[in-house]
Amino acid sequence: MTPVFHKTRLIFWSVVAIFFVMLPFGFSGGFALSMLSQMGIAIIFALSYNMLLGQTGLLSFGHAVYFGLGAFMTAHVINWVGEDRIWWPITFMPLVGGLTGMLFGLVLGFVTTRRAGTPFAMISLGIAEMVAASALMFTTFFGGEGGIATDRTAGGTMFGISYGPQIQVFYLIAGWCLVGMIGMFAVTQTPLGRMANAVRDNPERAKFVGYNPTRVRWLMMTLAGFFAGMAGALATINYEIVTAETLGLVASGNVVLMAFIGGIGHFWGPIVGAVFVTWLQSALSTYTQAWLLYFGLLFLIIILFSPGGMANLVTLHKPAWHARLMKRLLPSYALAAATGALMLTGFVAVIELLYSHGGSGDMVSLFGLRVDAGSAVTWVAAVGLFVVGIVLFRWALKYVRRAWEEITPQLQSSGVV
Amino acid sequence: MSAATTNAAEKALVSLSLKDVHKSFGRTEIINGVSLDIADGERHAVIGPNGAGKSTLFNLVSGRFPVSSGRIELRGEDITNLEPHVINRKGLSRSFQITNIFPRMTVYENVRCAVLWSLGYKYSFWHRVGGLRDAAQRTEEIVELIGMQERRERLAGVLTYAEQRALEIGVTIATGADVILLDEPTAGMSHSETDEAVELIRKVTAGKTLIMVEHDMGVVFNLADRISVLVYGEVIATGTPAQIRGNKAVQEAYLGTEQD
Repeated sequence: MTPVFHKTRLIFWSVVAIFFVMLPFGFSGGFALSMLSQMGIAIIFALSYNMLLGQTGLLSFGHAVYFGLGAFMTAHVINWVGEDRIWWPITFMPLVGGLTGMLFGLVLGFVTTRRAGTPFAMISLGIAEMVAASALMFTTFFGGEGGIATDRTAGGTMFGISYGPQIQVFYLIAGWCLVGMIGMFAVTQTPLGRMANAVRDNPERAKFVGYNPTRVRWLMMTLAGFFAGMAGALATINYEIVTAETLGLVASGNVVLMAFIGGIGHFWGPIVGAVFVTWLQSALSTYTQAWLLYFGLLFLIIILFSPGGMANLVTLHKPAWHARLMKRLLPSYALAAATGALMLTGFVAVIELLYSHGGSGDMVSLFGLRVDAGSAVTWVAAVGLFVVGIVLFRWALKYVRRAWEEITPQLQSSGVV
Repeated sequence: MSAATTNAAEKALVSLSLKDVHKSFGRTEIINGVSLDIADGERHAVIGPNGAGKSTLFNLVSGRFPVSSGRIELRGEDITNLEPHVINRKGLSRSFQITNIFPRMTVYENVRCAVLWSLGYKYSFWHRVGGLRDAAQRTEEIVELIGMQERRERLAGVLTYAEQRALEIGVTIATGADVILLDEPTAGMSHSETDEAVELIRKVTAGKTLIMVEHDMGVVFNLADRISVLVYGEVIATGTPAQIRGNKAVQEAYLGTEQD
């Protein structure tokens, strides 16, 4: 509204940009760099998904279709560049993926967005299944089981950038991630973005203020397709291979989890979700084979206890923060965290013991300790820890609740609620 | 002066015209041949006992339901069975009996959503909505008109009932339409709230054509220039409040039993 508004936003995005530039200095090493690259891709993908779910109220189970089709198209275009059939810089490949995703968003969205709610979810699932099946049938474009391999250095070296080293790919991803974030945030601030919220909340009323809800959904789908395709292109450049899995149902489900875990009600939620889930997938999987179980459980806990996702936890505490009442909550939180950790330790111990099949003499490494999975003592200790943890945690939760009850009148009187 | 020009001049003065409109759900006929002309700038009330088809009539005119037969014209233009958003863009806006707003948006945003189309922003994703001077100005005007400046940053879902009803009217008029349909705007309100609502309606519909369904006879006789009485899907009388009061058929069918 005022010039100051623009300036604060500009400063904010500049800080994000500087943060991206600095990241590899904090997290060097191949593993960290490839994880950061994956995070960048996941952020764009998750944000594009939330244009549908969080902003327009469309629960899609097939968003990887647009990501995947963008990825495949990019792989072909990179190969054409390598064969000197066309010229297009690798740096701008995300536009190829984006336009591909957008085109399919336009075409498939025309069909899917005629309905909202459950029918939309089902149609999106059907389309995802259909495209995934096509990927194995039309082998010229999709490459069958093997997928399409490509070489990201095909464009040669330009201004000293060959995209051979991962660090260059990381900066490419970071740059486009920033562009994607700014672009998608900007969309939320436009008439279309606002009417998408209106259509999400009350499609009927939107009609009676002159807007066609179907058209709003369709346009949002097309834009979401663009950003998903952009993320797909970056994935192609990052991995140098695209397979049918890229557009499969697992990939589509994954982005749903990211968005929900991060929080769909807030623009930043999916970013948190993308970063966190990517980290879990790469880091946790190196520690334990049971990581998928923990991941599923985490999803359940978030849906049950913080349906607004991780971003909602922040929003929830904002009033207390502004009223300077956080210190009243913290003691009970510390208690809950300590007892929660105890409960979690017990739980993880039980799961890991189960995972080891529990044969006598099987030595299991638990939290740095070597324990015998066959011994009853170990089992009793693990189960005991878990049960005691539950009891103590529930007791601690009482204090959390009481702390909230105590500060609520003050929050109300200070007018922040 | 030929007969044709007289006819055209007369037609221009008619805002909304219903011609033998029928609506049935399955075999049940709800609207049974309604014909009605509402003049430009008129404040017209539709009254009638429960189940007479008043809300259905509004749903037909605003495009929510298709008609079974008949014709509806807005300023001489056929709008029969058009989509609600198309009818709205042609200058007809309606409110709902059950409050129908955007509960998760602020009062200000609710109103702003309603002004965007008429200002020509359509589905734009290249304008920054916060930077639209004309939209901001019109939104401010409407928010002030409905007396909700103090509440402008409140979420619509947490407003009081009377406030939500006022916002409902604000959203309805914000589309810039000059034919306004209000469906029971004072339903469920206390006496003082009703008085305020009547003043609000009078204020916001100044210079516009108003058609309203209303149960409160005080409101009806206070606001309306003309009244139509709908009974079992048929208009049994149309006239000025005095004419309707004096109408025998109306007294028998409706007023005598409802008014105490």
